Amino acid sequence: MLKPLISGLAAALIAASAFAEDFKPAVVFDMGGKFDKSFNEGVWTGVKRFTDETGVEVMEFEVTNEAQREQAMRRMVQRGATVVLGVGFGQADAINAVAEANPDVQFAIIDVSWLDQPNLRQYAFKEHEGSYLVGVAAALKSETGKVGFVGGMDVPLIRKFACGYVQGVKETRDGAEVLQNMTGPTPAAWNDPNKGAELAQSQIDRGADVVYHAAGGTGVGVIRATADAGKLAIGVDSNQNGMAPGSVLTSMIKRVDVAAYDTLKDAMDGEFSSGINILGLAEDGVDWAVDENNEPLLTDDIKAAVDAAKAAIIAGDVVVHNYEDDSNCPF
Amino acid sequence: MTRLPGWVEYGVLPLINLLMAFTVAGLVVALIGEDPFAALAVMINGAFVYEGGIGYTLYYATNFIFTGLAVAVAFQAKLFNIGGEGQAYLGGLGALLVCLAMDAWAPGLLVIPLAILGAALFGAAWAMIPGWLQAYRGSHVVITTIMFNFIAAGLMVGLLSGALMRGGQSNPESRPIAEAARLPFVHDVLGALGIEAAQSPLNLAFPVALLACVVVWVLIWRTRWGFALRTMGESEPAARYAGINVPRMIVTAMALSGALAGLMAINTLLGAQGKVTVNFPAGFGFTGIAVALMGRSHPVGVLMAALLFGALYQGGAELDFEFKTITREMVLLIQGLIILFSGALAFMFVPWLTRLVERT
Repeated sequence: MLKPLISGLAAALIAASAFAEDFKPAVVFDMGGKFDKSFNEGVWTGVKRFTDETGVEVMEFEVTNEAQREQAMRRMVQRGATVVLGVGFGQADAINAVAEANPDVQFAIIDVSWLDQPNLRQYAFKEHEGSYLVGVAAALKSETGKVGFVGGMDVPLIRKFACGYVQGVKETRDGAEVLQNMTGPTPAAWNDPNKGAELAQSQIDRGADVVYHAAGGTGVGVIRATADAGKLAIGVDSNQNGMAPGSVLTSMIKRVDVAAYDTLKDAMDGEFSSGINILGLAEDGVDWAVDENNEPLLTDDIKAAVDAAKAAIIAGDVVVHNYEDDSNCPF
Repeated sequence: MTRLPGWVEYGVLPLINLLMAFTVAGLVVALIGEDPFAALAVMINGAFVYEGGIGYTLYYATNFIFTGLAVAVAFQAKLFNIGGEGQAYLGGLGALLVCLAMDAWAPGLLVIPLAILGAALFGAAWAMIPGWLQAYRGSHVVITTIMFNFIAAGLMVGLLSGALMRGGQSNPESRPIAEAARLPFVHDVLGALGIEAAQSPLNLAFPVALLACVVVWVLIWRTRWGFALRTMGESEPAARYAGINVPRMIVTAMALSGALAGLMAINTLLGAQGKVTVNFPAGFGFTGIAVALMGRSHPVGVLMAALLFGALYQGGAELDFEFKTITREMVLLIQGLIILFSGALAFMFVPWLTRLVERT
């Protein structure tokens, strides 16, 4: 008679303390590593902001090979993580399996939108929309009518960046030419600043005077080479305008930091929700960066044109082609 | 210089080298303000003790056995095959094509052996081209095999984000192969036998790797072909004088080497992942060189070195979990020190040991 009562009470107490104290967030960075100057680092920025504001330590791990992705997530759950954040589409299958096996734990992943688990939140970004905007800016700023694009590893996601950019350039300026190069076929292409500098230089030699990069750490070389040549670069993922003030026209920002921060904050406040969040211009998921570093480079015409394009995309008057829809870029 | 007794050369010397590596690594750990002994305990615990730890260790070791044997076979013929990475990648393509063509209708007992054969054949073919170029056109395999790694990477990215890409998602990877065509996980096999085992990616590719060790030993040390191979490795002019067809030996040695590297793919494709993803060899092909160096190009040595590297990989990951200050770059540094002392500086203590042995 008494025993069930006591155990019931104990269970209630445990549940209460679990709610109050046992919030343990974890993040699993992908192969680029958390200081990749780009995508993973964006997530890290959000995680750091969360820790700074709340004082809650976040468990971290950086994977170095395929098998570690699932292992790391399972280890995080074993260590008592209540919410696990995965980074990048490479982790999709791993998080799907681990989320299914642990229905009581909350999961979230960035750059994935095709999974279906009741305890999983997914974020994807309309990178093509943001790339369109910087394409508009590049087309108007260019004097030669030739602009460049340097991608990292040649994967569909990067072609999506390229395609949106090309559309933005061509719909803004008739006869404009876009020179495109990918850095390479291996993940080393994400971190090869020398090659990035060479590719940017070769595009400049062929007449390009604005070069957009979507190449992670390789982009550091793109920005340096364009700045050295007195031309303009366009940054990606984070706001890179300050990397060479006066030589970076703008940056296509992808707010992975917001996605990471929101996930952790919601989980902490008990407001975690599953589902798919696709963030474009309308949701402030992607944008172009304007700050004191590039303000002098932007004429009123450019600002007006980009803002008009942004409004048109949000209103649906301009549809930016998504390369991943049909694996084809019609421009 | 007198030769060291076998137990010193193959037992004491590697142990001293390992001890040196761990001492220097321990100093580095101490330098960043962590307790080296606590770190060592975490590594050992992570590699062998915690549930699933040993499974991961053996899973990584499986990769290292294949790529280590691949380099070892080529070493016996004095060929420096550093294309294991690309050969493994292409091996993945060979096995994948078999699976894609057959897994819908054929039983696993038919698909799995054919897929294993496909991995070996594609790996062999990818290594034979540089072999042929060295044998008949004089371009050195060191140069060509490393170039072939890049060609393999380019080819595979093209296929995996194009013709072979799985629809409805953005990761460049193949569709998952049918469950029936996959090698069973060891924890499932043990579970069926009534033995409880923790979940890990360890699968039946591991016994295949052990079998490969035996096959390589027999081929190299117990056949005419192996004798010819080793003769060529010792002295090419002598081999030619003895009537051995040196160019043909180069091509066949490279083919065997590539086949072994290609087999690494079955551990991932038929085992742990069930699909081919971009860059799945993840550097295992290159680490195979260190494994072969440390294992003195002998199957037993390769097996031991592979187990050590497997433990380092798995235990090293655990370090990253446990200590905030020890990042994966630190883990890489520790692994690098072990390669340095057991590979590049392997013979540093030989003069000293020789004097010691001679005195007694």
